Amino acid sequence: MRLEVALPVIIPLFFGALTLILWRWRLAQRVTTVVGTGLMLLSALWLLSATWQDGILVMHMGNWQAPFGIVLVSDLLGAIMVVLAGISGFATAVYSLTSMSKRHEAFGYYPLLHLLLAGVNGAFLTGDIFNLYVWFEVMLVASFALLILGGERAQMEGAIKYVTLNLVSSAMFLSAIGLLYGLTGTLNMADIADKLSYAEDPGIITVIAMLFLVSFGIKAGAFPFFFWLPASYHTPQVAVSALFAALLTKVGVYALFRVFTLIFTQDVDYTHEILLWVAAATMLTGVLGAAAQFEFRRILSFHIISQIGYMIMGLALFTPLAIVGGVFYIMHHIIVKANLFLVSGLVYRLKGTYELKELGGMYRSHPMLAILFLIPALSLAGIPPLSGFFAKFILIRAGVEAEAWWIVGVALVVGLLTLYSMIKIWAEVFWKAQPEEHADRPVHGSVGSGVLYLTIGGMAALTVFIGLGAEPIYRIADAAAHQLLNPSLYIDAVLGER
Amino acid sequence: METLMAFTVGGLFAAAIYMMLRRSIVKLVIGLVLLSNAANLLLFTQAGLLRGAPPLVPEGAMQPAGVVADPLAQALILTAIVIGFGVLAFAVVLIHRAYEVVQADDMDQMKDTDT
Repeated sequence: MRLEVALPVIIPLFFGALTLILWRWRLAQRVTTVVGTGLMLLSALWLLSATWQDGILVMHMGNWQAPFGIVLVSDLLGAIMVVLAGISGFATAVYSLTSMSKRHEAFGYYPLLHLLLAGVNGAFLTGDIFNLYVWFEVMLVASFALLILGGERAQMEGAIKYVTLNLVSSAMFLSAIGLLYGLTGTLNMADIADKLSYAEDPGIITVIAMLFLVSFGIKAGAFPFFFWLPASYHTPQVAVSALFAALLTKVGVYALFRVFTLIFTQDVDYTHEILLWVAAATMLTGVLGAAAQFEFRRILSFHIISQIGYMIMGLALFTPLAIVGGVFYIMHHIIVKANLFLVSGLVYRLKGTYELKELGGMYRSHPMLAILFLIPALSLAGIPPLSGFFAKFILIRAGVEAEAWWIVGVALVVGLLTLYSMIKIWAEVFWKAQPEEHADRPVHGSVGSGVLYLTIGGMAALTVFIGLGAEPIYRIADAAAHQLLNPSLYIDAVLGER
Repeated sequence: METLMAFTVGGLFAAAIYMMLRRSIVKLVIGLVLLSNAANLLLFTQAGLLRGAPPLVPEGAMQPAGVVADPLAQALILTAIVIGFGVLAFAVVLIHRAYEVVQADDMDQMKDTDT
């Protein structure tokens, strides 16, 4: 029995309940939220170090042995994702101290934040496919409520699209689980993988695999299912946007990594070839969509999509180095993307708008913020020595080694276009002079923005750290990829040696 | 029986997609209701249909006698129904609020976020 496997789920659930009890006391809610997310980050780090030392950890809930009971499993990929959820959760909680208005906090922002994190961590750690569905729903319901917090028109319209497409995805996920259960008679992922390796009819398995691909593809925002994302991510409060951008699509990517390395490896030529095309189309459409936008957060939303393409590319190439690249990319992306959204929130606070055309002169008035924007922006584009360079380098190297030339070409072109987009933001927001007609907008000013600078600075420091200290990060990603490519490690850990 | 269920599930999916493709947001939610029920019925059918064989263990025995229905699938559907109910309750409130804000029951009027 390993307690640390369950802690990252239990802690946010507990603090979610606690903040519900403290509903009327704003200060108490804020303090408990920072403490709660901080504790969650610590427990996640504990889990990662335990998983690093002892291999895959398994916890049988209620002492029911697998495959009969529900298991929580922490392999390195799961533990890494939990740590990243802890980092972005903690950063968001600290950032919210200043950025959230009283009106939004009064409608249950903090309890929802904790429940969202509980759902995300549960999805990363569960070893049971139906339980994965349940955690997805926990996460979705919390995200629905966070998305419409404030109740503006744009939020309602965005939420209808977001809710509808995510419910379609859930229904498809449930149908796929049903078909898989009918085929194997089990829900434990390790047991499913074990049973499918003896299956005689690969045709039906491929059909089920495609259902999972569509379902998780919608959640991950992959081509051609991403339309809910740019329609909704720029509408909520900026702290919510940042958390969504960091975590929600990555849960979909994580689920793709899990099922397409553990369960559906019977017909790699077919399934992973489709994934590769999806990856290329996702990268291209995302970055081209961003090029056409002139609203800060909409540009960033489209870039989430194109970055998802890189991660799926790592999965699709399905060589050891490519999987390393995919895992590395996820680590780099979550931190950088959350940070860029946090920067956009600070710009909004200082200038009162997200429209690039109405912004300007920020380099002259706030040089510190300009530098803090450049770090994640250049990292996203893949400039050395920042984290994005190594993430892209590993993936492209893997593509070259696999001789998949066209995907390498797409990845390089998309990297260039990403740089174009980031420079566009730089030129419009920071470099050009402030347009006269938009100069006198009522704004919050810089009151209390110290906390915001601190959060953004901390995340930027992490980006630099991943870039400069790429060696240890690479080693962790390498070990995670090793576990992913040897499903027998996972199966033996869950079901015991047979 | 399986054939009948297969056609029922297929019909429900088709009806759900038809409703969701219409412009009214009320019909959109009706489509979502049908969709979640279609998925539940699919799960139910996949676990195997058995008539009059409850999974009960007779007194004194260690396992049920003969072939019995699979209770796990029913537990799953029960969970899925509860989750679906909660989410749909949210969706109904959401379209009500959206209707109040936008003053229209038409998806084509909801393009503010797309420009």
